[in-house]
Amino acid sequence: MSSPEVTQGPGPPEEIRAVPVRRPGRWIAAALVLLVAAALARSVITNARFEWHIVGKYLFDQRILEGLLVTIELTVIAMAIGVVLGVILAVMRVSDNPLVSWASWLYIWFFRGTPVLVQLLFWYYIAALYPKLALGIPFGPALVHPNVNTLITAFRAAVLGLGLNEGAYMAEIVRAGLISVDDGQTEAAQSLGMTRVQTMRRIVLPQAMRVIVPPTGNETISMLKTTSLASVIAVTELLYSSEQIFAVNYKTIQLLIVASFWYIVCTSVLYVGQFYLERYYGRGASRAGQARDGLRFGAFASPRGGR
Amino acid sequence: MSNAMVKAEGVHKRFGRLEVLKGITLEVQPGEVMCLLGPSGSGKSTFLRCINHLEKINAGRLYVDGELVGYRQVGDTLHELRENEVTRRRAEIGMVFQSFNLFPHMSALANITCAPRCVKGVSREQARAKASELLARVGLADKLDSYPAQLSGGQQQRVAIARALAMEPKLMLFDEPTSALDPELVGDVLEVMRQLARDGMTMVVVTHEIGFAREVADTVVFMDGGVVVESGAPDVVLGSPKHERTRAFLSKVL
Repeated sequence: MSSPEVTQGPGPPEEIRAVPVRRPGRWIAAALVLLVAAALARSVITNARFEWHIVGKYLFDQRILEGLLVTIELTVIAMAIGVVLGVILAVMRVSDNPLVSWASWLYIWFFRGTPVLVQLLFWYYIAALYPKLALGIPFGPALVHPNVNTLITAFRAAVLGLGLNEGAYMAEIVRAGLISVDDGQTEAAQSLGMTRVQTMRRIVLPQAMRVIVPPTGNETISMLKTTSLASVIAVTELLYSSEQIFAVNYKTIQLLIVASFWYIVCTSVLYVGQFYLERYYGRGASRAGQARDGLRFGAFASPRGGR
Repeated sequence: MSNAMVKAEGVHKRFGRLEVLKGITLEVQPGEVMCLLGPSGSGKSTFLRCINHLEKINAGRLYVDGELVGYRQVGDTLHELRENEVTRRRAEIGMVFQSFNLFPHMSALANITCAPRCVKGVSREQARAKASELLARVGLADKLDSYPAQLSGGQQQRVAIARALAMEPKLMLFDEPTSALDPELVGDVLEVMRQLARDGMTMVVVTHEIGFAREVADTVVFMDGGVVVESGAPDVVLGSPKHERTRAFLSKVL
């Protein structure tokens, strides 16, 4: 039997050259987008009330930068609390012990069910409920008696409110990650003689991370912006610092632009961090491992960098 | 106590109200290769999983190398084993799954060295040397750094066998190791298992590969509906089955 005949002359086959279908809709849509963009740009540039020189003047103001630092501190600490609490609550939630699982459910139910702003205010005024705290043996003698009013500063109230609230959301994210890992992985690990803790730490959690990292990135970006709520309880974070300045000079819009600028810079940095984290935990996830190793952040940001 | 590697006495297993094993009694001697055959739902895989305590049995007694699986008997009372005792015994039993269950976030090398290092505390160099040797033995010496997703099904299953062997088990359990493979990849995996049998490993194999069972098994057990229908040498059970149910099954799969 002869192989099927392939009609092919010398050299590569001729590429198809055809007249593309006309798409007038695309041109109209593009024109509309450009028009709107141009109108926006024009108003931003020509409207003198923007007072861009004021924006520039306060962009690197000492008070703004100090506020930015507090915002970053709040974000980092609250997220750290949220992640640790989330892992603990998620593991509790999938526990075989019904009371432990139920306690976790109750926590999540409560902290997701009340607004985070209310929680912030609650922690700020906690001294009204518990003026004195007694740390010691439960139902036994107390060892230290800190005064709650001095213990719970505005910053600590914000950390507590944001962190405890975040824990409830992170718990659901971590739990989703844990149940996304196939039971066969646990069985394989157990059949090799690994303990439950070893299985969780070396086999299940690293795989769950692939599912956990993207929404955690979202949560971090969201947290960065939610810290602005702490301005309500007079934490001098980015927004409150801006407010303090415009309360004096009435340059409200300009200082809000300054604050927005720094928020957007920070979230952009987080985008980059998330990209690398996702790539790290995506190890072994795709067949094209070598191609993936060549991927850089630029490839994600610009369509041309793909290959 | 007899010196059987696996000894089952009237093993029962229920899932809720569904009785999957209705009294399994059998023995596997050291160095013996036993193949479990039977239609799906007959309880073969469940029995296999009971042997390394992935499933708890509801009644009967199950021994591996003279030790009760999952319990300690003091007088007439059974005490559940603590986790470290269960894991110590599991570490001595290798298991190979139908769906491979390689750890996808680890290279082939890390898959194999993971358990020896964290369970037995073998040094990194020692574990690595052993893993290279095992991968060469299953014909994958060049796949040390490949991730499971970059390997074919047959290659993945051979890495999984190497992973189980790295713990130096005294007993290997195979749960339909070739059922998820393309027909042309089955041969490589069976060849590795054949070699293992020749080297004297005690093996319990749930399989649909009648040819493999005929050639390699010392004993063939035919199960249906949670009981052992018949068992014996392969040429007896496969060649001239006594029971109608066995004949009907074999006529369909041969």
